[in-house]
Amino acid sequence: MTTPTTSGAVVALEHVAKRYGPPGSPPAVTDLSLTIPAGEVCVLVGPSGCGKTTTMKMINRLIEPTSGRITIDGVDVMRQPAVELRRRIGYVIQQTGLFPHLTVAENVAVVPRLLRWQDTRVRERVDELLELVGLDPAGYRSRYPAALSGGERQRVGVARALAADPPVMLMDEPFGAVDPILRDRLQNEFLRLQAKVRKTVVFVTHDVDEAIKMADRIAILQRGGILAQYDTPDQILANPASEFVDRFVGADRGLKRLSLARVRDLPLLQPVLVRPGEERAEVRRRLEGPEALGFALLVDEEKRPIGWIGHAQLAGDGPISPDAATPDATLLQPESTLRDALSELLLSSVQLGVVVGEGERVLGAISVDQISDTLRAAAGHGHGAA
Amino acid sequence: MIEGQPFFRFDWLVDNLDQLARRLGEHVLVTFIAVTVGFLISFALALLIRRYPPIYGPILAVSGILYAIPSIALFVLFIPITGLSLLTAEIALVSYTLVILVRNIVTGLRAVPSDVIEAARGMGYTDTQRLWRVELPIALPIIVAGVRIATVTTIGLVTIATLIGMGGLGYLIVNIGVTRRFPTATITGVVVVVLLSTIVDLLLLAVQRRLTPWAKAREA
Repeated sequence: MTTPTTSGAVVALEHVAKRYGPPGSPPAVTDLSLTIPAGEVCVLVGPSGCGKTTTMKMINRLIEPTSGRITIDGVDVMRQPAVELRRRIGYVIQQTGLFPHLTVAENVAVVPRLLRWQDTRVRERVDELLELVGLDPAGYRSRYPAALSGGERQRVGVARALAADPPVMLMDEPFGAVDPILRDRLQNEFLRLQAKVRKTVVFVTHDVDEAIKMADRIAILQRGGILAQYDTPDQILANPASEFVDRFVGADRGLKRLSLARVRDLPLLQPVLVRPGEERAEVRRRLEGPEALGFALLVDEEKRPIGWIGHAQLAGDGPISPDAATPDATLLQPESTLRDALSELLLSSVQLGVVVGEGERVLGAISVDQISDTLRAAAGHGHGAA
Repeated sequence: MIEGQPFFRFDWLVDNLDQLARRLGEHVLVTFIAVTVGFLISFALALLIRRYPPIYGPILAVSGILYAIPSIALFVLFIPITGLSLLTAEIALVSYTLVILVRNIVTGLRAVPSDVIEAARGMGYTDTQRLWRVELPIALPIIVAGVRIATVTTIGLVTIATLIGMGGLGYLIVNIGVTRRFPTATITGVVVVVLLSTIVDLLLLAVQRRLTPWAKAREA
């Protein structure tokens, strides 16, 4: 059975305001209007206290606006019971909020159960979603959240939010609590997922780099929930609308524009691939070719990277052992931004990144030089870069 | 102790097995009623506190004062009103369970992580669904821990309730053992009370483990 995939819905905020105190007190959100086209990722970003989370929570009525109107596909959210509204909006939060007393499958099934789906339909949907977020259903279905790693929990959180196929997803700093490398991976996975499901996503973060990477459109908010700029990442970096935006985006706008380019945009280098057991002399000879990168990449039978091998490890004769390689090869995904790729490469001993696809199979490699060429090109032609 | 008698007379024990069984039955029944009624009252109070948090302080204060009254005094206090009845005993016994049970149920509910509650709200649980399907199951280990303490405490207190004519294993310990200077009965009563407490405690623990398999995954 294939699940009907509802694509996103248009989310519109019209003159929305939220005041926590009495009339006259400073508002948390001031006269905010923005329209998010169906199927796009809108990132709300700004310093703490800018009202970005308040704005997001008004969409599913966890917080009710003081004035103004919020509509989803033209229907006023205040016109329907809050619980019914929420069951049709996916919700992902930073600490995941997984229910510790329910298994992974039961967690994912929460909203379908609230909607009283039939058992068989629920089971099929759960398996389908676990696969979609890259968790093997057989291995994960009956585990409890406490037995999962941080990244796995976050994936289950995303699967749970998608369970009833809602047109709109709200994500509140979903990748804020994981380490930078895992965050990069989860972001990439989500972008790949979003390319398939095309939800309208409202994504809250305080991290400009994350905003630039994830967004189709960015709404930059300043204190009091005032909309400072609402535009595509490229436009915001090229033409910041105000001094506030300019300062918030940061002085390194040129560097940040690297976040707009992905690893997949670069022509991949093809390193010399070596399997354990090959003769060293033979590998030395292959490394002398004009296209060689100075290192050979040791891979296993599945073409998964083990590590780089330099000339030092190739001296002498005899076969190459599996542990000859430097083990800390930097793995990059096609969706990684050049900015993330650069910062990871600068930290590694071999400044070549292995680009891997599904199943961690090697697709190719990129070098720091390639990225700096891109940077120079951007600085040369970029309209706004200082 | 009467001169020339052995310290423990097994023949008495064998002759009085039926009485022992009856006293044990009385003991279990009085305990069961006290803990059940105490739990129902505490549960209702805890739900009220969940809705109106400011009443927690006063409720704890009142149940704390009840707990501080010596048990004999509390038993005797109600005799003029309710007589030497089961009701008198239960009023006192139930009062003692309240402070333990209310505190544990409220603590259990409050220990539910805030992100879990937010996720439940955000996904469209009604308030009642959230209470029964999310908060109470997660609070269960702490609630059962309270029930265990309350039960063991009550089993001990029922021994004293024999003073107002409630029978139970206290009858063997006090009325036969102490009053008639017959240590065999006292020892039998004490041993059975201790065994009963231990078995019931382990039984409740087993029930909790069974109901909350996820809690084990968390400890691991």
